[in-house]
Amino acid sequence: MSDLPLSATTDAVLQAAPATKARGYWTTVGRRILRDKVSMACAIVLLLIFASAVLAPWLGLEDPYKGSMIRRLRHIGTSGYPLGTDELGRDMLARLIYGGRLSLVIGILPVILAFCIGTSLGLVAGYIGGRINTAIMRTIDVFYAFPSVLLAIAISGALGAGIVNSIVSLTVVFVPQITRVAESVTTGVRNMDFVEAARASGAGPFTIMRVHILGNVLGAIFVYATSLISVSMILAAGLSFLGLGTKPPEPEWGLMLNTLRTAIYVNPWVAALPGAMIFAVSICFNLLSDGLRSAMDIRN
Amino acid sequence: MLAYIARRIVYVIPIIISVALVCFLLVHITPGDPLVAVLPADASQELAAQLRAAYGFDRPLPVQFGLWLLRALHGDLGNSIATGRPVLAEVMRAVGNTVTLAIAAAIIGFTMGILLGLIAGYFRETWIDKLATSFAIAGVSVPHYWLGMVLVIIFSVELNWLPAVGAGPNGSNSWAWDWDHLKYLVLPAITTSVIPMGIVTRTVRALTGDILSQDFVEALRAKGLHERGVFRHVIKNAAPTALAVMGLQLGYMLGGSILIETVFSWPGSGFLLNSAIFQRDLPLLQGTILVLALFFVFLNLLVDIAQAAIDPRIKRG
Repeated sequence: MSDLPLSATTDAVLQAAPATKARGYWTTVGRRILRDKVSMACAIVLLLIFASAVLAPWLGLEDPYKGSMIRRLRHIGTSGYPLGTDELGRDMLARLIYGGRLSLVIGILPVILAFCIGTSLGLVAGYIGGRINTAIMRTIDVFYAFPSVLLAIAISGALGAGIVNSIVSLTVVFVPQITRVAESVTTGVRNMDFVEAARASGAGPFTIMRVHILGNVLGAIFVYATSLISVSMILAAGLSFLGLGTKPPEPEWGLMLNTLRTAIYVNPWVAALPGAMIFAVSICFNLLSDGLRSAMDIRN
Repeated sequence: MLAYIARRIVYVIPIIISVALVCFLLVHITPGDPLVAVLPADASQELAAQLRAAYGFDRPLPVQFGLWLLRALHGDLGNSIATGRPVLAEVMRAVGNTVTLAIAAAIIGFTMGILLGLIAGYFRETWIDKLATSFAIAGVSVPHYWLGMVLVIIFSVELNWLPAVGAGPNGSNSWAWDWDHLKYLVLPAITTSVIPMGIVTRTVRALTGDILSQDFVEALRAKGLHERGVFRHVIKNAAPTALAVMGLQLGYMLGGSILIETVFSWPGSGFLLNSAIFQRDLPLLQGTILVLALFFVFLNLLVDIAQAAIDPRIKRG
């Protein structure tokens, strides 16, 4: 594209340019996603779940920890308990809403942490290259030799049960995946003319990475990271389901599913409710991530 | 081709050693003394030191790793603390059941995935594509352990058609290919198949769509090739990538079966891993993870070689 005479390029741009002011890339992406009905529906569902989890204490719900031996395992639709009660007689509606707090944190935090660590590692590996690249990328390869579920369970099984350990183990699972994506997009950008120009004008490697490269690769890495949230939600709740994450009596969807498992012969559909919440959050994040990906692909 | 295989095998060796190192270190990141499960609470310092020497825990870590690796190469992964039996024998017996489950799930998931993917790819942007795609997204988004519970609720609790847990009548652990055993396999296999189904559908759909929009397909149609012939070309071009994805999925099913095996009390490697974790049986934990990870590495190697065998472009690259 640089061999074209300058005047021809300018002419072409002037002819193609609309009369109105050209919109920026992110404004265009924003508009495209706002027009996507599926993405918007998912965003609204997620927003409702997030808001209710945050505002839970002010929603006038029952105490999610207070049980009662005489009203255990009530069915869905019992008056006063719209979603029934659990095996210790605690209100399911309250526990599902309060459960969103821990479930969302332990599901989303590992992806955020892995996004920060993986992006930094990938940026350094991709931009500096050479031995540093080899060292980082070969270490990453070792983690690819484990199926991700096995790796998460191996680490949190060795570290022992607990919320922090489960977050650590999931972060370890996602860092290699994000690093690989970050490294490949950075390698693609680092030999472009504008990076060369920055280098020629005397910018140091840190400045180039932060100012010139990060802005050009962050979008792609971010979309990839959003697609991991769904898996992370399922795995985080899965660790709690196995007894490796949250401990009772904390309301958390995976753990609730585990403790209610014994009740499936008595009150099956109440026992299935926490999983439906995990499913809803996971599918909404997946669809939203797909929507974001196609909104960012302007050429289509 | 032989040179390619040799190169791939050489490349796998450092991976295997690193995998072994990770498994070895797992025991050393565990909080507390690794002997905690075998040592009585009131043991004297002297006894603890004796036992530590007996297990080799008093030596420097690199030496411990070398000795452990050497023994592992001879098939000695130590003895389970809970049962006292050799870890390798325990793991191999359980892996057999996991392989049975994974193969059953692969048959269901891959068949469904290929069919749905082809249909969706051929009829892009129609209602049938949207239906297949939604099915695929649901497959990859569903917490599979929950799906397993829901299937148990429907088919075991409500309808009483299929057993809810176990791998054979009267809690038997020995597998046989008859209906009495097969009916125990139905629900776990369906549950395991949904993720590969979703991923294969998405892959095959994208591949089919891409191939159909290429110029050579136009050319084939222009020269008057009937649709069946065109279809054969689509399959031939999609096969290498689809095969790689399916191979990887098979590996995930073998290694990631712990949640489903726990839901269905399926006596496989995941179930064994679960009990190793909760009994703090560290040699068993270490051994199970090592064997499963090695399975995964070898499966990846096989997929790479198979892919190169059917796609001549790979060998040159």
